[in-house]
Amino acid sequence: MHRIAAPWTVKRELLTKSEEETDQSHGRRPEERQYPDLLKFGIINLDKPAGPSSHEVAAWIRRIMGVRQAGHGGTLEA
Amino acid sequence: MTGVLPVALEDATKVIQPLLGAGKEYVCVMKTHSDVSENRVKEVLEEFQGKIYQRPPVRASVKRRLRVRKVYYLEVLEVQGRDALFRIGCEAGTYIRKLCHDVGEVLGCGAHMHELRRTRAGPFTEIENSVTLHDVSYLHSKWQETGDGDQLRSFILPMERALGVLPKIIIRDSAVDALCHGAHLTAPGVTVLETGIDPGSKVGIFTLKGEAVALGTATSSTEEILKANHGIIAKNDRVLMPRGTYPRLWRSKR
Repeated sequence: MHRIAAPWTVKRELLTKSEEETDQSHGRRPEERQYPDLLKFGIINLDKPAGPSSHEVAAWIRRIMGVRQAGHGGTLEA
Repeated sequence: MTGVLPVALEDATKVIQPLLGAGKEYVCVMKTHSDVSENRVKEVLEEFQGKIYQRPPVRASVKRRLRVRKVYYLEVLEVQGRDALFRIGCEAGTYIRKLCHDVGEVLGCGAHMHELRRTRAGPFTEIENSVTLHDVSYLHSKWQETGDGDQLRSFILPMERALGVLPKIIIRDSAVDALCHGAHLTAPGVTVLETGIDPGSKVGIFTLKGEAVALGTATSSTEEILKANHGIIAKNDRVLMPRGTYPRLWRSKR
């Protein structure tokens, strides 16, 4: 039986094609985002409880956080 | 069902699509409908690794044709009486309920999925940066009280995390804005890239600062991209970065 490697186990290396620098006057490292960009480009790794549907949970987060949209990454339904 | 459910906010909802297609991992309790030896249960469950056939259930909103799904691994953790606890890593769209049913068919006595918990969705796992609804509510209030951005950062991750399983292509600053306008990625724009890219591979295109610019599909392999000095090397499937984040250093064709 042929084992297929899970995508998250694939080891990759970074190869440089061209050495380049980045201009600090544009853009910002994702870890340094400030509010409101923190929310605007943010994602929550939620541990969903039993009970509410995935859709209900996303709607709940939208309400609590006061954001326009909240989308979930794959239904977790009974 | 409980477990890992990534929830993307505002503009980050653009990264949901690749997440829906990403591999998943579950921990499941299956119940057999009569007594079966532990060895037999393990033996049959472990057969369901590699490529398996499934027809989606009636309640799923997809076409109900027979399809192949990849099970990367299936590890039986514990068997107690008619209960079997196992961990399974699988392709998106694999119905664990159907898998349990089919295991029951092979065993002869029937079986069903009793409980399921998702432990991984793409790059997101239950052990790293996982928060409950209570955590979200609490930390959000704390942030509203204190105005301290770190409170938000304690539970909101940058959307780039969703692209963690995709191979990366990093581009120079001067190539960024063209991509933000929908341009495909050409060889001169590439500075650094990961190994293992093939034509057809989905890739994440990033700036040198690590910001996600776009989702793409490579049209060349890592080796070809390294050697090429002109031509398109990846199609731009979805722009993630707002236009104007980086300066416009290109002209449209006259």
